[in-house]
Amino acid sequence: MSDQSFQLDRSAETTGEYLRQRWVAIRSGDLGSVPIIIGLVAIIVIFGSLNSTFLSAGNFVNLMLQISGTATIAIGIVYILLIAEIDLSVAFNSAVGAVVMTLLLRPGDPGWPWFAAVPVGLAVSTLLSVLMGVVVTRASVPSFVVTLAGNLALSGVVLLLTTQFSTAGTITISDKVVVGIANSFLPDIWGWVLLAGAVAVAVYLESRRFQNRRARGLSVKPASVIITQLGALSAIGAFAVYYANTNRGVPTVTLILGAFLVFWSFVATKTRFGRHVYAVGGNPEAARRAGINVARVRLAVFAIAGFMAGAGGIIFASRLRSVATNTGGGNLLLNVIAAAVIGGTSLFGGRGKVSSALLGALVITSVDNGMDGLGLNSGIKFVITGLVLLGAVLVDALSSRKSRASGR
Amino acid sequence: MTDTPLLDARGLSKTFGAVRALYQVDFDVLPGEVNALVGDNGAGKSTLIKGLAGIYSFDHGEVSFEGRSVSIHTPRDAAALGIEVVYQDLALADNLDVVANMFLGRERVNGFILDEVGMERSARETLDSLAVTTLQSVRLPVAGLSGGQRQSVAVAKAVMWNSKLVILDEPTAALGVAQTRQVLDLVKRLADRGLGVVLISHNLHDIFEVADRITVLRLGQKVSVFQRKETNQQEVVHAITAGKLVIVPGMAEVDA
Repeated sequence: MSDQSFQLDRSAETTGEYLRQRWVAIRSGDLGSVPIIIGLVAIIVIFGSLNSTFLSAGNFVNLMLQISGTATIAIGIVYILLIAEIDLSVAFNSAVGAVVMTLLLRPGDPGWPWFAAVPVGLAVSTLLSVLMGVVVTRASVPSFVVTLAGNLALSGVVLLLTTQFSTAGTITISDKVVVGIANSFLPDIWGWVLLAGAVAVAVYLESRRFQNRRARGLSVKPASVIITQLGALSAIGAFAVYYANTNRGVPTVTLILGAFLVFWSFVATKTRFGRHVYAVGGNPEAARRAGINVARVRLAVFAIAGFMAGAGGIIFASRLRSVATNTGGGNLLLNVIAAAVIGGTSLFGGRGKVSSALLGALVITSVDNGMDGLGLNSGIKFVITGLVLLGAVLVDALSSRKSRASGR
Repeated sequence: MTDTPLLDARGLSKTFGAVRALYQVDFDVLPGEVNALVGDNGAGKSTLIKGLAGIYSFDHGEVSFEGRSVSIHTPRDAAALGIEVVYQDLALADNLDVVANMFLGRERVNGFILDEVGMERSARETLDSLAVTTLQSVRLPVAGLSGGQRQSVAVAKAVMWNSKLVILDEPTAALGVAQTRQVLDLVKRLADRGLGVVLISHNLHDIFEVADRITVLRLGQKVSVFQRKETNQQEVVHAITAGKLVIVPGMAEVDA
């Protein structure tokens, strides 16, 4: 091998050159997380100036609680969008999982313990999505239609189950563990311990990666950039823990959401399966010719979407301590899909990150929360939420068009 | 160049319903040789290479590879022998980077985790050995590459798996002058490394530049094989348009 080409590859190792290349990438349509950061700053400035409680520690903890269910379901949507499919049934699928779990938990009837009822609820949601995935892959019906039909049918199932087993249409959850998922908080010290652990692991992995690539003669990101990124993320984490601790503390559910984010990011970026997911979304024909079982990847992704819907449904049920006839309704479906798209996952497949579920949910939930704080009526809230989603989709469409035009 | 053919196919025939796509075609490729396969549309070029690639089986005929009689029924059989095909549409995933594309479907792993460092190194080594030096980074999504670079990546992908015979389907059809140059140089280097190369092209200019031999198909039959050095474009064009057929379609069949 020649040294010459390695020198070429070393070019991005200085900070200045790295930043220049990022700038070129942004100008040619690879926006990364730039729009979302601009959006979040705008939200903080606008709602913070209009309403003094928006930026309070109490509301910050509220946001962490409100975000968790939406972000959890949105992780599944990110995977679905990565393979260029859509799942419009996740909202009511999440409700079915939650209702099944709740029914199994009812004291004495049958009075299952949480560690049996929760997995069954998750399994039901997973299975329902897999069934829809089978129709999509075997019968080649667009997922849009299959899951739209599924959504309607599952909304009926929720209605049937909740009215069958209660006269008022509301079934309460009394299991302490399940209620605790979204209603308990980590002791102050645990917030710090977990954050320190996460930072230590991140630093260890990044430095090992850096040395490993260096040792084998491959290009590395400039150390200054890695340190700045890790430092910024640690600072944000430290501020979040500190600020939450001045109020009720870090919610337990935030830890669960964090675990989901880390695990599914790992699967998407570090495993063979994740690579195949991106390939199926980018060019299914190339994936098929490369010997990838495209139908199996699609089915697995539907299973992930169903599982995460079930998990999100259980989180929502825990927060409300009940399920009801309207569980899974309202704009839950719109919110979770919007979260994934606003976070930067492309509707056209193959582009996006698991973390966009978190960032998007943060935007959509804080807009919602901010408007609630201002006492705006529902009509105005719907209009504004719709406009935010439209803006995000436009950014996606324009940046993909720009990437094609500039050949990136 | 040795005299034992890398690939030696005899009497290949294939019919699709009433259409005789290939009739009694003999075709061989020597190691280190570029054998150009030419012919008008419908001459049977695609049928021939798809059969060799295992997309479908021939009705009749025998194929030997490296002197041994083989049967190729699936693309996997072809890959196991060391036959790789680079199709015209390249089959690259635009959203993935160069390394990911080169290892697509054959990713290396340590336990569960992708061996990114190992794959990147191997990809670089393969690209460097083919003197593909115009790539700024192997971590760029292929959507950002030029047509010639994409073709180079697709060829490197085919070469990386210890392949012995590389079949290129119209590799220069969509390329500009400079990029065509780049790809033709690459084709020559493949042959210099001792690989057998089958080059399908409509561009006789390109063919006369890199091919050692030129095999002409017409209406599913092999009409001529030329040594490049002993022929000229007129002769090849004549063979393509009016080469002598063993049997004439529509006429009563004569015993071949």
